[in-house]
Amino acid sequence: MAIAPLAVAIPLLVAAALAATDFARRRAVTDAVGIATAAGVTVLCAILVGHTQHGPVVYWLGGWEPAHGVALGVSLSADTLGAGMATLVGVLTTATLVFSARYFDAVSNLFHALMLVFMAAMVGFCLSGDLFNMLVFFELMSVAAYALAAYKIEERGPLQGAINFAVSNSVGAIAIFVGVALVYGRTGALNLAQIGAALSHRPPDALVAVAFALIVLGFLVKAAAFPVHFWLADAHAVAPAPVCVLFSGVMVELGVYAIARIYFTAFDGALAAQAAALKPILIWTGVVTALVGASMCLQQRHLKRMLAFSTVSHIGLFLVCLGLLDHEGVAALAAYVLGHAFAKAALFMCVGILLHRFAEVDELDLQGCGTADRTLKFVGVLFAACGVALVGAPVLGVFLGKSLGEGAVAASGFGWAVAVFVVASAMSAAAVLRAAGVVFAGWGPDEPPQTEQPEEADEEAETLQPHDRTPLPMLVPAALLTLAALLVSLAPGLDHAIQQAAGRFTDSGAYRDAVLAGHAHFPPIEPARVAPVDYLWATLALLLALAITAVSLFGHGLGWNPPASLRTAADRAQHALGALHSGHVGDYIAWMTAAMGALAALVALAVR
Amino acid sequence: MTVLPYLVAVWVLCWGLYGIVSSRHLFHLVLSLGVAQAATYVLLIGVGYKHGAAAPVYADISSSTPVVDPVVQALALVDVVVEATVAALLLALALQTQKRFGTVDPDELHALKG
Amino acid sequence: MSRAARLGLFGGGVAVLAAMLVLAIGDLPGFGHYPGPYGDLIEAGGEGATHATDLVTAVNFDYRAYDTLGEEFILFAAVLGMAIVLRDRRGERKRAPGAPGTERGLSRPSPALGMVGLALVGPLIVLGIEIATHGHLTPGGGFQGGLPLGSAVFLAFLAGEYAAMKRVAPHALVELGEAAGAAGYALVGVGGLIFASVFFQNFIDRGEPGRLLSAGTIPLSNVAVGLEVAGAFLLLWGEFSDQALLIVPEGKEGGG
Repeated sequence: MAIAPLAVAIPLLVAAALAATDFARRRAVTDAVGIATAAGVTVLCAILVGHTQHGPVVYWLGGWEPAHGVALGVSLSADTLGAGMATLVGVLTTATLVFSARYFDAVSNLFHALMLVFMAAMVGFCLSGDLFNMLVFFELMSVAAYALAAYKIEERGPLQGAINFAVSNSVGAIAIFVGVALVYGRTGALNLAQIGAALSHRPPDALVAVAFALIVLGFLVKAAAFPVHFWLADAHAVAPAPVCVLFSGVMVELGVYAIARIYFTAFDGALAAQAAALKPILIWTGVVTALVGASMCLQQRHLKRMLAFSTVSHIGLFLVCLGLLDHEGVAALAAYVLGHAFAKAALFMCVGILLHRFAEVDELDLQGCGTADRTLKFVGVLFAACGVALVGAPVLGVFLGKSLGEGAVAASGFGWAVAVFVVASAMSAAAVLRAAGVVFAGWGPDEPPQTEQPEEADEEAETLQPHDRTPLPMLVPAALLTLAALLVSLAPGLDHAIQQAAGRFTDSGAYRDAVLAGHAHFPPIEPARVAPVDYLWATLALLLALAITAVSLFGHGLGWNPPASLRTAADRAQHALGALHSGHVGDYIAWMTAAMGALAALVALAVR
Repeated sequence: MTVLPYLVAVWVLCWGLYGIVSSRHLFHLVLSLGVAQAATYVLLIGVGYKHGAAAPVYADISSSTPVVDPVVQALALVDVVVEATVAALLLALALQTQKRFGTVDPDELHALKG
Repeated sequence: MSRAARLGLFGGGVAVLAAMLVLAIGDLPGFGHYPGPYGDLIEAGGEGATHATDLVTAVNFDYRAYDTLGEEFILFAAVLGMAIVLRDRRGERKRAPGAPGTERGLSRPSPALGMVGLALVGPLIVLGIEIATHGHLTPGGGFQGGLPLGSAVFLAFLAGEYAAMKRVAPHALVELGEAAGAAGYALVGVGGLIFASVFFQNFIDRGEPGRLLSAGTIPLSNVAVGLEVAGAFLLLWGEFSDQALLIVPEGKEGGG
């Protein structure tokens, strides 16, 4: 069954054809070909998901089946979560191509070709069962992404954002390369299942610890975890809004996916005994990332940067889920990523609509602009609804993933982390709701406080010309994605399916058998249930988000003035945090080097 | 048993990173990235080496001759292509940066903050 | 961050990183003691199974041909990205090749140098084709052969005039060749699916090892990749040369 390789090969072939022929230079034809290809890949991946209910679909490329239990070629090992992630990539790419059909006034066929290459790379990355092959498709994804981030060369921002993005991610990839070389030097294997088999024979030593740390760090760069997340806000601020949909919706999540995939296939056998010591490393990284992202998010008035930091904050929560290193954490992670992807994609589309209408992306400059006509009011409803979906109000939005996550951390003895889920998601949702209030209702202070003006704030006019109306092809994907974001937690059977899929995902022994021996039995797991207390937490998060929103919109009118000393301290902290995000690529790599050393040392200490 | 070639890889990696961090010119920065990436070639080729083995090409040696691991060499080839393409893209960005900012010193680029 | 703070942070980080890496490589098998089994199996069975005498090419274009698909499209995406980053900006004009001033920055080569340069074009093309088509026999292949092929055309430019290069290799043709090479390699994979039922499975008779026409699809893959690499590097060099020679800021004319 050749569905998996076709889902990668078809978009690549179409991309080459698009770049070569320019299809009679007719924009409509190019758009139609791009959308049809992306939709086709989505269908293929969805079919693939259906075939993975009893274990991964293993496909040996070139017909190189393993000999004597040793992998000779490259395998695609598509399991439910991998294929599901690929389907999500397909859905968002399709929606994005529909959206950009009218978003850009002029767009070359090169944009479509790059988007298809980008999609193919992400799909290939999700389906791969080989460590080095994952790295190749990771690089392909990155190169396409650098080019897409620099798409608007009319402005200065994109250049610097793309440079920061490319250098940071390239250094991350070098870390992964070193890790892969170390693993290969030990095991002489590149297939994930075979590495897992080889590493599980002996207790972990410094080599395994450092290799694991470097690989994890490389993918944490892509996932944008503190303190290697700096590139993300730069890249998101400058990339065209439709491209941000894919960056925030799926690309950075693939960094977390990769860590999960590699841990549970290659390193689980060697490190499982030390898992108790490893968990706090990932969980604390996640906690700090979630809180830093959330507080940066509240400080932004540049809407795309604000959404970018909201993504950083959620990545932190994803890492907390992943850090549990068990199937409950992975189930929570998968459900959370799904809900977040729809909501964040819809939000970036709403910002894209604002940019298209007003050629402006600054929250305060846009104050009240969203009341101009009925279409914009509708967009405002979408925007606010996505904010509610992001906080995970009871049964809406990310509720399922967040509840599973809260249940899982509580069950694993990290009960205090529930508070981080509540606070971080409330803070970043509050930033979204505040922006909705300011832009689409005209609320907030009448006189914008004279805070530091972001430099070059007027440079974000990516479609260059303001427009009078919003075309339907931009509204429909935004509306559908908002609907999906709101209702995803209610999807019948999703809870059960994700938990069973996570059970198979984390069963490294059965995965090994499935890949190398061709057959395996994945025992079903006992699913966790959403507990009544989770409704309480969700309600609390929603109320907290509303409270923060209200204070930031109307706080000035209440006459409540915090003591001056408190305000100065808060200002200083904010300022220091902001200063870390300096836009200087040398700073970013210095942080990254320190993080590499620290993570390697911590993991080595943990496995001793 | 020696680890010297591996130490060379570590050495090269650290200096490459230093070059990126301390760079005052984007062109220098791109080359430093290439230096850091070169560490991975050394490490990859190093782990595949066998004492006394020939290159893995049987065109002019008997097929019973021991040869070094061909896999790492194939991987290094991929690695080289990746580095070349990223460098090309970065140089293009640096060129446009020069045009727009009038400078390629990372210390002087201030389009993105906070 | 100030420069001192940045270097301080880096210095501390890199010291720990280096120490950890040294610990890790201490656990590697000593240099010269490759543990296998992947390389050993290919050493033992590679030539017999693929009929290629160059095992590196056998890995790149047969055992791990799918990796090379990704690698090739990395190059393809980079060229697309270059075209996007370096496309004409507002406020810039592109001069016709050959217009006055387009030779700015490059002094005309002496007649002798020009002659040698042009004389090298033919041999380089032959060399490129040789390296690309013999990849399965001796060290080389599409990536290594594509570069001399591309350089040959570029040499015509260095030896003579920029306009001459544009005549020899029009942009649209190079673009078409590059994309055809990229697509061609993917089609070799699809051919495996159609004729041998597995993506990237060899579907051509493998022939006798050591012959030019042997090793099944490997030579075909190498030709496609050679075309792609030659086209890609020509496009990259062309874009950079355009920037240096043809693009002028609006309002400036002549010597620039």
